[in-house]
Amino acid sequence: MSQHEITVTINGEQHTRKVEARLLLVHFIREDLSLTGTHVGCDTTSCGACTVSIDGQAVKSCTVFAVQADGATIETVEGLATGGTLHPLQEGFWEKHGLQCGFCTPGMLMSARSLLARNPSPTEDEIRHGISGNLCRCTGYNKIVEAIQYAADKLRDTKGA
Amino acid sequence: MIPASFDYHAPKTLDEALALLARLGDTAKILAGGQSLIPAMRFRLASPEVLVDLNRIHDLAFVEERGDHLAIGALTREYALESTAVVARSYPMLLDAAKVIADPLVRNKATVGGNLAHADPANDHPAVMLAYNAQIVARGPTGSRTIAIDDLFVGLFETSLAPGEILTEIRIPKPVAGSGGAYIKIERKVGDYAVAAVAVQLELAGTIIKSIRIGLTNVSPIPVRAKAAEAALAGQPPTEAILEAAGQAAAAECSPSADLRGQVDYKRDLVRVLIKRTVRRAIERAQGARP
Repeated sequence: MSQHEITVTINGEQHTRKVEARLLLVHFIREDLSLTGTHVGCDTTSCGACTVSIDGQAVKSCTVFAVQADGATIETVEGLATGGTLHPLQEGFWEKHGLQCGFCTPGMLMSARSLLARNPSPTEDEIRHGISGNLCRCTGYNKIVEAIQYAADKLRDTKGA
Repeated sequence: MIPASFDYHAPKTLDEALALLARLGDTAKILAGGQSLIPAMRFRLASPEVLVDLNRIHDLAFVEERGDHLAIGALTREYALESTAVVARSYPMLLDAAKVIADPLVRNKATVGGNLAHADPANDHPAVMLAYNAQIVARGPTGSRTIAIDDLFVGLFETSLAPGEILTEIRIPKPVAGSGGAYIKIERKVGDYAVAAVAVQLELAGTIIKSIRIGLTNVSPIPVRAKAAEAALAGQPPTEAILEAAGQAAAAECSPSADLRGQVDYKRDLVRVLIKRTVRRAIERAQGARP
């Protein structure tokens, strides 16, 4: 039952905490750091609602121990907007109605962010495959795909400008 | 669902990890990508007393051609296979599999070595590596040894790796000219385990299948080759009659169980069809100068 002191940088802010080895990263983020934007959906590595970025890779934070993240740079949905301005992905979800109940949205956003980092101009098919680790229980996939396409276009335009 | 308590070590070198395993014995379990182990621990299907986390041993992650083989470090993430040029160019069966393992989020974390060492017949790499005739490199307290893939899987979730040994590398023989491979998986939905899947690596001599190895996914308690189907195809031209005979042979020799993914008869028939489809695709690739 080992306890470990870990230091992680989450959304640019450094946190040091003592954690039990079995503490899952998603619980550390939600309960120890009170960042409740990251959701627990299925608890079975299926739904992707808990998706966060660890050192630039989108992963399911319910399937990583907090202790493994020692020294890592983590980004959660709370880190997407800057200074009150929505991230183009968040804007896309707003403009294209990419959410219904909103439960899967944080995971969708973080997954889409990773997808666009790798592939700034994805086809519809590539978007669908890219978010295949995220389940939307409202089955609002068409609008989610449109929202991600919107963000891809906007991010490209911004970079090109 | 919270895992049972455990002690945790994160060695930074392989030697350190081996020393820990030697000291801790049976109480320790190796943690690689954790995408099978951590869910199993949350369900309390596994409750190891100690975890030895390999994720800080960075030199265990690599994909590169070395002489006559492709060397894959055990800690290579599945995603790295999808994004490595040599895999796309020369190992299309491996790329086929890399694209259909779980989902992109899991693939960012899951490792090739873990997929094999877990020895789950539902996992995708065992069949692929069986078809490639891969070699497994394991390091133990007394040094390294190589294990033929045919000798790796000995039971459900059980390998021939000795306690205290760590799977460090997978070696896939470089495909010779005139060879081709393919992996075709049928899944109920993206991210699921296979209902059934077939891995084929073959070499053509003119219009004859000179040699062939076939691996099957999730239709037996242990990852297996379809040896009767291989025998039906080796030395033969791939006519419809020969392919059908091979498909039927594989359907007969596998031993699927009925579950939510289908009944036994359905799975056997799926194997029959998949053998034909996968052999055809492997032949297309062999003829298209893609290994």
